[in-house]
Amino acid sequence: MARSITMGQYIPGVSIIHQLNPRFKLLTLVLILALLFLLETFGALVVSLGMALALFAMAGVPFKYLLRGLRPVLYISIFALIIYFFFTSGGVVLFRIGFLTVESEGGEQGIFIIARLVVLVLFSLLVTLTTTPLSLTHGMAYFLSPLQRLGLPTEEVAMIMAVALRFIPTLMEESQRLMRAQLARGADFETGSIFKRARNLVPLIVPLFVSAFRRADELAIAMEARGFRIGAKRTRMQDDLITFKDWAALVITLALIVLVLIFNL
Amino acid sequence: MAGQSAAIIESKDAYFSYSGDGEPSPALSGINFSVKRGEYVALIGPNGSGKTTLLKLFNALLIPSNGEVLVKGISTTEEDKLPEVRRSCGMIFQNPDNQLVATTVEEDLAFGLENLALPVSVIRKRVKATAALLGLEMLLKQPPHLLSGGEKQRVAIAGVLAMEPDCILMDEPTAMLDPAGRHSVLNTVHALNRNRGIAVIHVTHFPEEAALAGRVLALNEGRVVADGAAKKVLTDLDLLHKIGLQGTTAGELAALLRLGGCPLPSHILNNRELVDNICTLAQNN
Repeated sequence: MARSITMGQYIPGVSIIHQLNPRFKLLTLVLILALLFLLETFGALVVSLGMALALFAMAGVPFKYLLRGLRPVLYISIFALIIYFFFTSGGVVLFRIGFLTVESEGGEQGIFIIARLVVLVLFSLLVTLTTTPLSLTHGMAYFLSPLQRLGLPTEEVAMIMAVALRFIPTLMEESQRLMRAQLARGADFETGSIFKRARNLVPLIVPLFVSAFRRADELAIAMEARGFRIGAKRTRMQDDLITFKDWAALVITLALIVLVLIFNL
Repeated sequence: MAGQSAAIIESKDAYFSYSGDGEPSPALSGINFSVKRGEYVALIGPNGSGKTTLLKLFNALLIPSNGEVLVKGISTTEEDKLPEVRRSCGMIFQNPDNQLVATTVEEDLAFGLENLALPVSVIRKRVKATAALLGLEMLLKQPPHLLSGGEKQRVAIAGVLAMEPDCILMDEPTAMLDPAGRHSVLNTVHALNRNRGIAVIHVTHFPEEAALAGRVLALNEGRVVADGAAKKVLTDLDLLHKIGLQGTTAGELAALLRLGGCPLPSHILNNRELVDNICTLAQNN
């Protein structure tokens, strides 16, 4: 059971994209998103779409994950398309429905916006599919670390996230065990109205909470025993490695931005 | 070897009471003892005798309310030396699930080292070396919840070992394990004690585990009631029974046989000794 729990959207792999430092990955992603907003021509968008797909192929992410990730975009796209079609004027009138007119300018702009959105989501997906949630958390904590000067505990929040991720499977196992124990005592989690079922979950949730608090207590002592102190300086073994590949990814992205700016693509 | 006889841990007339417990008697009163480099000490005593409390004093998780605990000559009250105390005296807990912090074995081994803010290259090297020493290389990328209980305890030991401790404090590390897990954990710890001279203080409810230690310390109601060689303390069945403990199975059996008129010596501790003595008796008759 616990074996089948996948964390976040991460798909394990050993590609170059998997190996990139999460800090660089996030930074590059932000730059690429900025780049997408600089683009002005369909041709440039098509090229960036091609690049995104090529990177997916490089990462070895199965095609179905890509489609699954794009599904939520579909609804936004339809909505955006309708707005652009009917409420943007300019260009040739394509057709008329009652008092609403669809003009070529609106159609063009709508499609352009959606195409940009799709490419944008694809690049974001690429990062979340190839980085563990833990690495992502620590990557973000790194960029938020200046906020520490304002008194925000970014390091501690990252640690809390890491510990939470560690204990999700343990607590899942525990809830399964509790459920079986309560079933053995004649509990019923499956029949009755929704309110009745919710009520029947109480004998499951209460012991789960009690045990989670006990665990938290013991873990805190164990962490302290191993020298963890809030606010003390720590190093991190993972994600600390910055290689040539990371710099290469960053430089290529910056070069693309310069190219786009120069040629007004 | 220099420093062979130096005390790693010294407890000087240490008292401790949990405040707000409403308990009239302190959890520990007037504990005097020291542990030398490379010693293996088993800590026995009935429930509530103060074993775990004493162990926590040695790791500065608790500070004595009276008296003093010194770790390598550093008083545990010295706040700024706390990292050194905790590095020097690592602690293993009973529940294997509630002491692994990280999402993979590898990162868990690094946890203590990260807390010491060591350079990343040093951490990587030590994690690798420790994993190799305890035979955990194959598990490095595994998440803790996929390990067996014995494996989890060995990972916890490795996490402490990576910090290059002088002493390992263990609070009933085998209580929640199956026989195979118990065996592998005990083997690991005894090998570390023998080959690397790491002192061990091992709280246990199993007389057989205590019998493997060089020295046994018995606690009752917060006081030391016996301190000496395993052979001496664990064969004093009168004392053990008085404080609600048992000797080893072989020791208890030998005592019964003696009562029944069988002339067995009183220092029998393990099965091997019992069998040898009975065989000698049988041959002589």
